[in-house]
Amino acid sequence: MATITHNSAKKYLKLSGLEPLILNEHSNFINIGERTNVAGSRKFLRLIKEEKYDEALTIARHQVDGGAQIIDINMDDGLIDGEKAMVRFLNLIAAEPDICRVPIMIDSSKWHIIEAGLQVVQGKCVVNSISLKEGEANFIWQATQIRRYGAAVIVMAFDEEGQADTYQRRIDIAKRSYQILIDKVGFPAEDIIFDLNIFPVATGMDEHRKNAIDFIEATRWVKQHLPNVNVSGGVSNVSFSFRGNNTVREAMHSVFLYHAIKAGMNMGIVNPTMLEVYDNIPKDLLARVEDVILDRRDDATERLLDFAETVKGTKKAQVVDDAWRSLPLQERITHALVKGIDAHIIEDVEAARKEVASPIEIIEGHLMIGMNVVGDLFGSGKMFLPQVVKSARVMKKAVAYLQPFIEADKGDKQQAVGKVLMATVKGDVHDIGKNIVSVVLGCNNYEIVDLGVMVPPEKIIETAKAENVDIIGLSGLITPSLDEMVYLAKEMERQNFNIPLLIGGATTSKAHTAVKINPSYKNAVVHVNDASRAVTVVGDLLNKSTRNEYVAKLKKEYDDFRRKFLERGKTKSYITIDQARKNKFCIDWETTPIVKPKEMGVQVLHQLSLKSLLPFIDWSPFFRSWDLHGKFPAILTDEVVGEQATQLYEDAQAMVQKIIEKQLLKPKAVFGLFEANSIHDDDISVQQKGKEIAVFRTLRQQLKKRTGVPNRALADYIAPETCGKKDYIGAFCVAIFGADTLAATYKDAHDDYNAILVQALADRFAEAFAEYLHQQVRVKYWGYVNAEALSNDELIKEAYKGIRPAPGYPACPDHLEKETIWELLAVDDKIGVTLTESLAMWPAAAVSGYYFANEEASYFGVGKITLDQVEDYANRKGITIEKAKKWLYPVIADDV
Amino acid sequence: MSDIKEALKKRILVLDGAMGTMLQAYKFSEEDFRGERFKAYPTPLKGNNDLLSLTQPQAIKEIHAKYFEAGADIVETNTFSATAIAMADYQMEDLAYEINYESAKLAKEVAVEFTKKEPHKPRFVAGSIGPTNRTASMSPDVNDPGYRAITFEQLRKAYKEQVEGLVAGGADVLLVETVFDTLNAKAALFAIEQVKEQQNITIPVMLSGTITDASGRTLSGQTAEAFLISVSHIPLLSVGFNCALGANLLQPHLEAIAPKTNFAISAHPNAGLPNAFGEYEESPEEMASQIEAYLQKNLINIIGGCCGTTPEHIQKIAEVAAKYSPRPFTKVL
Repeated sequence: MATITHNSAKKYLKLSGLEPLILNEHSNFINIGERTNVAGSRKFLRLIKEEKYDEALTIARHQVDGGAQIIDINMDDGLIDGEKAMVRFLNLIAAEPDICRVPIMIDSSKWHIIEAGLQVVQGKCVVNSISLKEGEANFIWQATQIRRYGAAVIVMAFDEEGQADTYQRRIDIAKRSYQILIDKVGFPAEDIIFDLNIFPVATGMDEHRKNAIDFIEATRWVKQHLPNVNVSGGVSNVSFSFRGNNTVREAMHSVFLYHAIKAGMNMGIVNPTMLEVYDNIPKDLLARVEDVILDRRDDATERLLDFAETVKGTKKAQVVDDAWRSLPLQERITHALVKGIDAHIIEDVEAARKEVASPIEIIEGHLMIGMNVVGDLFGSGKMFLPQVVKSARVMKKAVAYLQPFIEADKGDKQQAVGKVLMATVKGDVHDIGKNIVSVVLGCNNYEIVDLGVMVPPEKIIETAKAENVDIIGLSGLITPSLDEMVYLAKEMERQNFNIPLLIGGATTSKAHTAVKINPSYKNAVVHVNDASRAVTVVGDLLNKSTRNEYVAKLKKEYDDFRRKFLERGKTKSYITIDQARKNKFCIDWETTPIVKPKEMGVQVLHQLSLKSLLPFIDWSPFFRSWDLHGKFPAILTDEVVGEQATQLYEDAQAMVQKIIEKQLLKPKAVFGLFEANSIHDDDISVQQKGKEIAVFRTLRQQLKKRTGVPNRALADYIAPETCGKKDYIGAFCVAIFGADTLAATYKDAHDDYNAILVQALADRFAEAFAEYLHQQVRVKYWGYVNAEALSNDELIKEAYKGIRPAPGYPACPDHLEKETIWELLAVDDKIGVTLTESLAMWPAAAVSGYYFANEEASYFGVGKITLDQVEDYANRKGITIEKAKKWLYPVIADDV
Repeated sequence: MSDIKEALKKRILVLDGAMGTMLQAYKFSEEDFRGERFKAYPTPLKGNNDLLSLTQPQAIKEIHAKYFEAGADIVETNTFSATAIAMADYQMEDLAYEINYESAKLAKEVAVEFTKKEPHKPRFVAGSIGPTNRTASMSPDVNDPGYRAITFEQLRKAYKEQVEGLVAGGADVLLVETVFDTLNAKAALFAIEQVKEQQNITIPVMLSGTITDASGRTLSGQTAEAFLISVSHIPLLSVGFNCALGANLLQPHLEAIAPKTNFAISAHPNAGLPNAFGEYEESPEEMASQIEAYLQKNLINIIGGCCGTTPEHIQKIAEVAAKYSPRPFTKVL
């Protein structure tokens, strides 16, 4: 039955933005951000006057990032329509989850502005401020309204007589205000915050000597006699007479707060960059500051002034190194290209244009000279991929600027050394690697015809003919793309093409190229997996005098490779699928813990800030995608690539910041947790309330193992139906939306560097999201782990219980299983991630897979399987053997 | 009117289930929606369920009676969308007051009948106040996040009119529900406080938010606890969640607020999540067993159903609820 609360129980202020801010007996001092105040920040005032709200929002965001737990917003200025500005700014903040997660303090001396603000904020705010200045009736009315709007309130120590400036006046006004608010308005005491007026000390005037100590003592009285209220104030006032001397001011703020907080001040407007750590204040300065704050000596002010003379703070000046701007024109252009600086390229190109007869000469002369330097440095390993891509950005800007002049000139077209068609094959959506190769080849004066992603073979063939290209480059990341490449090689042969074919992408290999593609086509088929090699290979393939020789050499090399590979393949021995099943991985289902998920069924996540994914990012693969090899963070200090890696990392951080601030990418996820049992050894029956709603088919290792080493399949990790125990399984898909659009806007601005950066970051975010969600599932939604405190390193090392294997990867190489996941979770409907005909996910920055929770579940590779399993698998799945072979062929042993 | 507070101390109260699901069974045509009175109305009216309180009052009363028969202590008036703002879709802004008044009156008549029959189990009417179709703290225009399609003042006025209609029609309690934007709810609470002051009356207020997905946040982005803090300035009879999720998925969010408030806790979840055809298929037994998990944890004071629930669901829920004692709480104002 109902219990009774004791009136004497201590109550604490609770506020809310998107998230709660709750004070309690353990709460530290609450820090209120003050930079979004037109009275306190000239910059903010200027931005609001000029209606640059975007930049004004950045100030708000920096405060929250910097640790402000509440942000104070003030628009009181004679030249601003305060009500309009307050409403506009608060509305914009409401659309920024990273800002409006904290509560808002609506600060104005005008009631109509306060009320306008209260009408547009959903959380519980603080009104700053009301007072008895205009009498009791007005005070009561305003407090009643504030209560109705659901806000807390700052009450200034101010009455009909004026501002309280002594200890006695402070406590008298506080007491009177309190009684009115409690007795006549019914205002909750914990929602009252007294501002007891912080005034400057050490002004030289005797009546100001007690300003600080009176505030501190009044605070002590208020906290003792007026139960549950809070005390706040604007701290920087206290040091007003030492403007310009930050060393002293910072010490004064710290000393003041040290004593005021002890007396009970629990919140305040403080600039965190204007605070010295109390214990770090030099002893002699500390003593003199305390003398002033606590009014301990008659000559306290003089002594502090004397000391202040000796510690005038100094400012560091920022120096921009632009000595290169005074070099001759060609050297400036080369410098800009090598260093990737695009700030002056237009003016330099314009200067060059005045020196030449035809604008084309600048491209073929000035710019090519610079790009040749870039090419040489890159070729000799003295420049790295991210730098080259930045050089390309400068080059593209210059060329784009010159284009209209060249057209007007109707002069000769620039002669490219060769034309390269680049495409990501049908059904595949991944193109970071292809884009990088395109950019690097473009830098080397090749004309690139980039057909983008998911390009059907007919279009590749047709374009190659129409454009009369010299080379075709194909890219793909998922295994079905390998088939597409084979098909295209055959088509090229059939249509009598005779130009080289380049193969690249994460799933491709020299082995596959040699064994499967090369034999189908008469001209060279070369596997190129990094951008720097692409330049040499393409150069050799197109060099008129040596190319025949080179092609013949390549053909022979790939033939030899194929023979050796096939011979090696035969030496492995496999067991039948039946034998493999007898050697399955056994878990003791009698004793192994099985935890029922806390929340069964399908759930979606739309409202997640990218910020929460940041700690989960694994940066090492990010550097790999730029051909910088090494482990993060050691790579940043690596002898060879450290400098480049650091630069790239800084650019990435800036981009991440921008993406988060402008919410340019959007994470979405769907996941589900279900009842499950393994059936017929290798299948997993997924159930809802005992009814089968899906069956996952898993593949089993068939390589002959040493005695005691099992032949695993994922189904081994789920309790079999026959053991009579109910087990559970999960499935998920996470994706990052918006990367393609964002990358395209950069590309349109001739900025491939940032375009590729965006794509690479989106991939990292998707992986981080998968990691984040897996953790949430472990500790929250499924909840089979109670508490988990793993570092990012441990996450990357997978030092947790349970696994999340993905279809198309080693533990479950069949991409077709994605279709089952899509149906089970209604992925397309719920979050809009679709599957292409090759079962690649769109958007490309996406991860999907299963959740297995058993503590004995570990990752493994299925390796090669034999035809008996393929046939069995086709039967179980209800598909033709041909279809099964098509999708499984990368893992079929007999066929290689 | 203090009866409901007394009842709430003694037992878990049962709220009714979906109105829309029940109305579908009547298969009302455009003509049925119009009735005699709106025969020549210039806009199509089919789908304006709240209008049926005027044109098909008998059906509305039947549905209320079915829920009372099933064991509900409280039925909600057929006024979820009866604000001038939501009614604008049908050009029926001017009917808002009347619909609220008549709907409350209909429900009250049925409630009085049942109370007369079973005086030991008094029945109550909750005036349903929906979220409207506009959001006060979110922009419908992706290119201008600072734009708002509705203001606090417009919402407050519309809600005030709705509240006045419901109070005059005899509602015992007001239920601000399906809150997906807290600012809308705050406008409703503001309006309610004004009506209470102007008419010098007291009427209990229930408030129920909506958590939209697994992130555990409202559509306007607040966490469950931030939502609770944002609406706790008004003395509420109960606070809780409804709609969007089934009973099992709602549980963690109820657990998030229950220990942090002295108000009573309410929940009226959907009958599971909709299937691919938008139908709710969780059976009364399934739903009741999930709700039993709340009761075992002592989480609940008021329990009912939202989308997809029927008198059969409510009957099962009432049977389960009868077995448990209510969550202890302190503030019944």
